[in-house]
Amino acid sequence: MADTGEGKKEEADYKRLHSFPLIRHTDMPEEMRVEAMELCVTACEKYATNNESAAKMIKEMMDKKFGSSWHVVIGEGFGFEITHEVKNLLYMFFGGSLAVCVWKCS
Amino acid sequence: MQTYVSTEAGEGVDEWAAAKTLVKPPDQLELTEAELKEEFTRILTANNPHAPQNIVRYSFKKRTYKPISYVDQMAVHFSLNGNMILKDSDEGRRQKIRLSTAVGSHCSIFLQAAGEEEAEESGTAEVAEAAEAEEPPPPRVKEQKLANQFNFIERASGTLNNPMRWEIYDAYVEELQKIERSKEKEKTKAQIAKREEEKKKGRKLTSLESQSDDITKISKAAKIMERMVNQNTFDDIAQDFKYFEDASDEYRDQQGTLLPLWKFQYDKTKRLAVTAISWNPKYKDLFAVGYGSYDFMKQGQGMLLLYTMKNPSFPEYVFSSESGIMCLDFHHDHPYLVAVGFYDGNVAIYNLKKATSQPSYKSSAKSGKHTEPVWQVKWQKDDMDNNLNFFSISSDGRIVSWTLVKNELVHTDVIKLSVEGTTMQGPEGLQLQTLGCGTSFDFHKKIDYLFLVGTEEGKIYKCSKCYSSQFLDVFEAHHMAVDSVSWNPYHLKVFISCSSDWTVKIWDHTVKTPMFIYDLNSAVGDVAWSPYSSTVFAAVTTDGKAHVFDLSINKYEALCTQLVVAKKKNKITHIQFNPVYPIVIIGDERGHVTSLKLSPNLRRMPKEKKGQEVKKGPEVEIAKLDKLLNLVREPESKAEK
Repeated sequence: MADTGEGKKEEADYKRLHSFPLIRHTDMPEEMRVEAMELCVTACEKYATNNESAAKMIKEMMDKKFGSSWHVVIGEGFGFEITHEVKNLLYMFFGGSLAVCVWKCS
Repeated sequence: MQTYVSTEAGEGVDEWAAAKTLVKPPDQLELTEAELKEEFTRILTANNPHAPQNIVRYSFKKRTYKPISYVDQMAVHFSLNGNMILKDSDEGRRQKIRLSTAVGSHCSIFLQAAGEEEAEESGTAEVAEAAEAEEPPPPRVKEQKLANQFNFIERASGTLNNPMRWEIYDAYVEELQKIERSKEKEKTKAQIAKREEEKKKGRKLTSLESQSDDITKISKAAKIMERMVNQNTFDDIAQDFKYFEDASDEYRDQQGTLLPLWKFQYDKTKRLAVTAISWNPKYKDLFAVGYGSYDFMKQGQGMLLLYTMKNPSFPEYVFSSESGIMCLDFHHDHPYLVAVGFYDGNVAIYNLKKATSQPSYKSSAKSGKHTEPVWQVKWQKDDMDNNLNFFSISSDGRIVSWTLVKNELVHTDVIKLSVEGTTMQGPEGLQLQTLGCGTSFDFHKKIDYLFLVGTEEGKIYKCSKCYSSQFLDVFEAHHMAVDSVSWNPYHLKVFISCSSDWTVKIWDHTVKTPMFIYDLNSAVGDVAWSPYSSTVFAAVTTDGKAHVFDLSINKYEALCTQLVVAKKKNKITHIQFNPVYPIVIIGDERGHVTSLKLSPNLRRMPKEKKGQEVKKGPEVEIAKLDKLLNLVREPESKAEK
């Protein structure tokens, strides 16, 4: 899971071009979406080599900001089927190879 | 994830072990040996000492609290769920089958690489082995999809060309494309909006005379109507332009005529002379006419009109200026840009797309304008920074390159026409250098730096853009001012010059003496090579005549000399060939522009012989002219020898 380091050498150009956060699916309201997205970006950048820590950070921050029972999945390849509260789901790509899924379900 | 959890658990165990060795309860009793050896008997019963003995519950039946005699004595200290299954149980069997198929399929994958048939057999054999003969062979598993025989889950075993997930990659690429597309859309939208604005403005401009905004809405329709009316009024001329070929040419060998077509005139330019005419390089029916005055005692305002052959009654664009226009030139790549030179020495660029009647860019006294009339302007190729630039020549003896840098015309002196041996003694011993007066120039079609300059003294200088103080060559061409010089469009060595000394001369730029000299019995105002043949050129004289020559047919006399302007007071000033159609336009001193159609004899191509293909193209044209030049050259070279 935490082997993004391998990709570092690869295609610096691609990385540069595709480094922006790209929201794939969300039903969050605007404000929340922006905040969550920024949080995901900071977390992924802070723990670039450790997805667990990044996920933990996102989860804790989201719990703090938007109430408890948030769930976070970060990885390069996963499928998922989840139950979530309405207006509390964010699925985004970041850094060209990471996918982040954040949802609330209490 | 699994590994992560397990490692954490391991650490926990270690910590606990370490604590056991180190930490002693602080309240541990200190006992002596005797006390330690003392024996205590204890009877263990099955009763739970912590279980309450006196539980009462409310009985609804008897409506009283009743003690409960039975107390649960069991206490669970430790529980561990076992994972052992009986071999013979159902679950055990199922598990066995599952395991064996896993092994079997794995094997079959390996063997399938070697040979499929074998794989099937050995696969079943493996399964049987795995079942250890205790079980009946499990049902054959369906063949699984052939997967990577290496552990394809391992990232390390994969190639490095794709460390990122394609799905994510695709999403990003799609997003980027979307962004790009939206950008383009915005651009085009902006452009469309701009165009519409410009159109609106343009309409307003054309309808300024009517002073009514309502008409702008129907201006396009009105324009079409106007053109249709014109087409009807001048129907016979339009027919002539398109289809009429003078049949009498058949019987007049070596003679041709010019058939007058439309005449263009405009009320406001009645008293102005046509000082420049130029065809638009893109719209072959559009031409620009510059108006000013050649009578230098009577200078007034100037005008720039753009006419189209589709509407001979009214100009398409009208620009007026304070000073008379002396020359103009269309930009080749941007046909909406017209460079203009004025009598007061200024140069300007008019943008036909802009609705204002003022030039878009204009030089000023501060930005190095000429001090005398500008006689010719010519667009050049964009410079190295892709800035638009053009050259201008003036009687003040300077040739200036104008570059359009960020909405400003920046000037550079290319050359100063110094005349040798004419340094004058100024007051207080100053050395004043008189400069030659440039009147016309032309740039070589192929050699980028080479250009010719005609002067008022009658000399023609061959110059290079690289040398600002030296000439490559000087031709003692004429006895009076050179009115026009022009390179042959096909032959790279040949140019033509005309002068007020009544002559037209054709030169080879490597030879100092002219190849051909024609005396036209009047001052020659302008000369132009035809765009379709290397040997055809036309000249206009101030006595109102146009002369058309074809050297390949007659190298002594003009094929056609025709009086174009009837009145004696009127003079022809300029002539231009249309780049496509067989017509010329001629401007005169009364502000009229006449279009004339060349009769078939004037544009005769080599006769087609049966069974022979007529060659065409620039090579043929060059050869044609070369042949003529050789006729002239040979006696000379022989004489030299």
